[in-house]
Amino acid sequence: MSTRLASGGRLIDRTNPIHFTFNGKQLKGYAGDTLASALLGADQMLVGRSFKYHRPRGIVAAGPEEPNALVNLGDGAFFEPNQRTTVTPLRTGMEAASQNHWPSLDYDVGALNQLIGRALPAGFYYKTFIHPRPFWKHVFEPFIRQSAGLGKAPKDRDGDVYEHLYAFCDVLVVGGGVAGLQAALAAGASGLRVLVLEQWGHWGGRAPVDGAVIGGQSAEDWVKDALDRLDRMENVVLRAQCQASGVYDHGYVLATETVSGHTPGGATPRARLWRIRTKQIIAATGAIERPLSFYGNDVPGVILAGAVRDFVVNWGISPGDRTVVVTNNDDAYRTAICLREAGLAVPAVVDARPEATGALPEKARALGIRVLTGSAIAKVKGKKRVEGVALCLQLGEGAVTEEIACEAVAMSGGWSPVVHLWSHCGGKLVWDDALAMFRPDASRPPLGADGGAMVRTAGTANGVMDTPAVLADAAAAAADAVTAAGGQPADVTAAKAEDEPEAPILPVWIMPQGAGVAMRTKMWLDFQNDVKVSDVQLAAREGYESVEHTKRYTTLGMATDQGKLSNINGLAVLSQSLDKPIPQVGTTTFRPPYTPVPMGAIGGEARGDLFQPLRRTAIHDWHERNGATWEPVGHWRRPYCYLRSGESVHQAVEREVKNTRENVGMLDASTLGKVLVKGPDAGKFLDLIYTNMMSSLKPGRCRYGLICSENGFLMDDGVVARIDDETFLCHTTTGGAERIHAHMEEWLQTEWWDLKVYALNLTEQFAQIAVVGPKARKVLESLGGMDLSREALPFMAWSEGELGGFPVRVYRISFSGELSFELAVPANRGRELWDRLIKAGAEHGVMPYGTEAMHVLRAEKGYIMIGEESDGTIIPQDLGLDWAISKKKADYIGKRAQMRSHMTDPSRWKLVGLETVDGSVLPDGAYAVGQGRNENGQQNAIGRVTSTYHSPTLGRGIAMGLILNGPDRMGEVLEFTKIGGGVVTAKIVGQVFYDPEGEKLDA
Amino acid sequence: MLLIECPYCGVKAEETELAAGGEAHLTRHGPDSAEEAFAAYLFDRLNPKGVHFERWRHVNGCGKWFHCARDTATLEVFGTYSAQTSAPPQTILDAIRARRPDWKPANAPAE
Repeated sequence: MSTRLASGGRLIDRTNPIHFTFNGKQLKGYAGDTLASALLGADQMLVGRSFKYHRPRGIVAAGPEEPNALVNLGDGAFFEPNQRTTVTPLRTGMEAASQNHWPSLDYDVGALNQLIGRALPAGFYYKTFIHPRPFWKHVFEPFIRQSAGLGKAPKDRDGDVYEHLYAFCDVLVVGGGVAGLQAALAAGASGLRVLVLEQWGHWGGRAPVDGAVIGGQSAEDWVKDALDRLDRMENVVLRAQCQASGVYDHGYVLATETVSGHTPGGATPRARLWRIRTKQIIAATGAIERPLSFYGNDVPGVILAGAVRDFVVNWGISPGDRTVVVTNNDDAYRTAICLREAGLAVPAVVDARPEATGALPEKARALGIRVLTGSAIAKVKGKKRVEGVALCLQLGEGAVTEEIACEAVAMSGGWSPVVHLWSHCGGKLVWDDALAMFRPDASRPPLGADGGAMVRTAGTANGVMDTPAVLADAAAAAADAVTAAGGQPADVTAAKAEDEPEAPILPVWIMPQGAGVAMRTKMWLDFQNDVKVSDVQLAAREGYESVEHTKRYTTLGMATDQGKLSNINGLAVLSQSLDKPIPQVGTTTFRPPYTPVPMGAIGGEARGDLFQPLRRTAIHDWHERNGATWEPVGHWRRPYCYLRSGESVHQAVEREVKNTRENVGMLDASTLGKVLVKGPDAGKFLDLIYTNMMSSLKPGRCRYGLICSENGFLMDDGVVARIDDETFLCHTTTGGAERIHAHMEEWLQTEWWDLKVYALNLTEQFAQIAVVGPKARKVLESLGGMDLSREALPFMAWSEGELGGFPVRVYRISFSGELSFELAVPANRGRELWDRLIKAGAEHGVMPYGTEAMHVLRAEKGYIMIGEESDGTIIPQDLGLDWAISKKKADYIGKRAQMRSHMTDPSRWKLVGLETVDGSVLPDGAYAVGQGRNENGQQNAIGRVTSTYHSPTLGRGIAMGLILNGPDRMGEVLEFTKIGGGVVTAKIVGQVFYDPEGEKLDA
Repeated sequence: MLLIECPYCGVKAEETELAAGGEAHLTRHGPDSAEEAFAAYLFDRLNPKGVHFERWRHVNGCGKWFHCARDTATLEVFGTYSAQTSAPPQTILDAIRARRPDWKPANAPAE
């Protein structure tokens, strides 16, 4: 039984009990507990099930590396799966539930998987679910889906709030253990800006737990003292509960600060994402202990030796009355000593090494602890909790020499430095044979913008294990970082610590070394994903020599802990199987994040109304109040149509189209791009930008133009108005304004920088209103002012003047085929003019129309639309726009490309009009059916529909499409595909369905 | 996330302030160019591992295009300079050679 000790626990406040539930059961912990320590204090050894075999799982670690003790937390909008209990501070009313079991944690049907475990080896899925082919969709996939996934996906919107914050510093110290604090003291003394991040709510790391003595005082006191000194430095910021998760190029670091944690409904954010820019990074991130691979090392109650110490010292937890310690190094003896000093029994330290004569083993022996050298664990007894261990010789094959009853096993296979932050940007590692670990190779660091080292490691993260050396290493790293950040290192001597020498570790990857197959299939490497020693050995036998391939094949290290416990053990087993030294096998790639970052923190404030900025025209509010249904166009919202009560969207569009054709309509055209191009060379420049001639345009006149990319493809279209000799106003599509302005800037700045031209995006400066229809002139003339007669302002002319007291530019341009005036006024007067026109137009039957009516009107007239008729693979020639391509100009962007063989191929699909034989509306995007089949066995296509509408004016379906040799096939009837099968027949016709002579727009 | 100094406004800009524009110092091929040469201008890029000359635009800043000499493998930035030149200036070449003595300007424009 694990339980709470009568005294002890440096982090808990026994006067402040906290009640919480686990799987509905009422439990009690104390303030300062993690959820994990509170569960252990309440004898909750079994906390979850493994992913593949649903084996019982207990808490194995005491920090962020925990692979097993993951829970669902909270409910409703505050529900969150896969929370690591070992780093979750206990809070009042917390509701935790275990994962990955059915129907209950204690009795789980999925655990049957382990009975057929032998039939589910590595690569089982790859090998099994391939044949027969159709089984995948109907049998295998549904089965796998049901058992896939860890935890439950939240169903509600996240009720918590999150925020992003920015920080800038010269030296970022990650880790608030004694190495981090020593580095911060040294860096801080230089006067540079120093930021220190600590993942826990408390400082000092492992040193206070391990009983280090620094500068003649306990580590605990030294840490307090160091924090006081750092607090007094104005250039140093300390931030606890803040996990640095990733290092990115040129000193960019992301960190997640837990603010309110899982306290529902709080006003403070749950978490903050810190976006940090620093010149130098010191990773004082410590080390993670490795498990040992022995039979049954996954049974709940088998815990890392260091974690056992943490639970005893920090939270006053007894993992059980009797704990057997199993190790290959001296450090684990600290656990034995610590347990004994807490009054608990340690029946034996099982040490795989042939002898153990260091100071720590001797101290353990002096306390009366039995030390068994050359020994190993043959088997852990018990299923849902440890009941005892059987021992054997490490050098043997597992013959049991002795059995010991116990409630817990503390294991230590040595320590692996946390090199993640060092490695994220390419820092390399070196294998240290003596310490049996990968540690940072200082000669191959990650590089910053200046080509120098950007990250340094300090202390145990650097593979320096004893406290005096840790402090010296941290001070040295700080001096280097300060110099590299452009500062002057202060003369700081590292604090002196008492040395506690340790004898060398013996690398032990399998216990016992001669274990047979039966034992190896019960030695877990990856506890969460159920990867065993036998799986890695199988992968090696099947030819997976690369550690990256073995990882994917076996799923080793692919669990939520990303191999923090399993990777080194796994690659050591692989290296043994391949008979290659460990450094030759290498590690998998360390990628950010180091620990999971909540999706909400990544999103930050960017959700709901703040997800992205919304662009509103000057007339937006009027649309909103008058029934507009919105269509997003870029960041704009444009009215799709204006619904009247009782009307369907379709009916509204029909009404708007008819009214515009018969009376007069108004369109808010403010979103159309307006780019001013000005300068002595403006005409010359626009001749290069547009396919047709712009330099010959007369002031006061307008011309429709096309813009192509250097690849020849159509990018945008619009009307250009020449304002004066040196000035042109280029209208672009709504979505094209920024793009076309950028396109012009790019060519002006990087190719034709000798041209004297400025380009300026004026889109938002003007409100633009199109007044369209046979009665348009009457409406405008009723306002009084400038001459708008056909003679004074003919089609494709523009004029500046005054209309009803408004300073306006009036463009006689039409995207509908009707008599049309586009009025531009300064944006701040747009709404006023709109209101005036609506009022003045009332007697003429004016109605606003939306983008859908605009589309129908232009399609009836056969006008193309960028993004409908064009898609990035279409050249103007495909659309019959040869008339808008200058033959006279020597050059324009795209001219050469349009001469390439594929572009001049006569079999390119070309634009035509399409009329269904039965008058119905062709499906959008439908393909024209050709003869025969292609090499993939698909029906050949000879064209496709690009725009298709019901025309209210003609009372039938009309469409445009790109058809093979289309213009030469007028009158031919083609078959088009329909969704759901069958075909619909349509005749090839001219694309102008309405007023082909253009009498209306020239009225 | 890269930090690149805009040579026009002097801001050490975050990568999110910038837009990448691909290889620098391409020679534009116009209507008179041969088929092969034009295709090469459109599509062939050096894509070196090591020293590279690139176009960037300070799009969320001053809006200017500029050039950057950078190591594509180590991400070291050797310097930035005006976009209104068809070859890297001597100061940039010197900065590169100071850090990469063996570097040969394979991707320098064929003038």
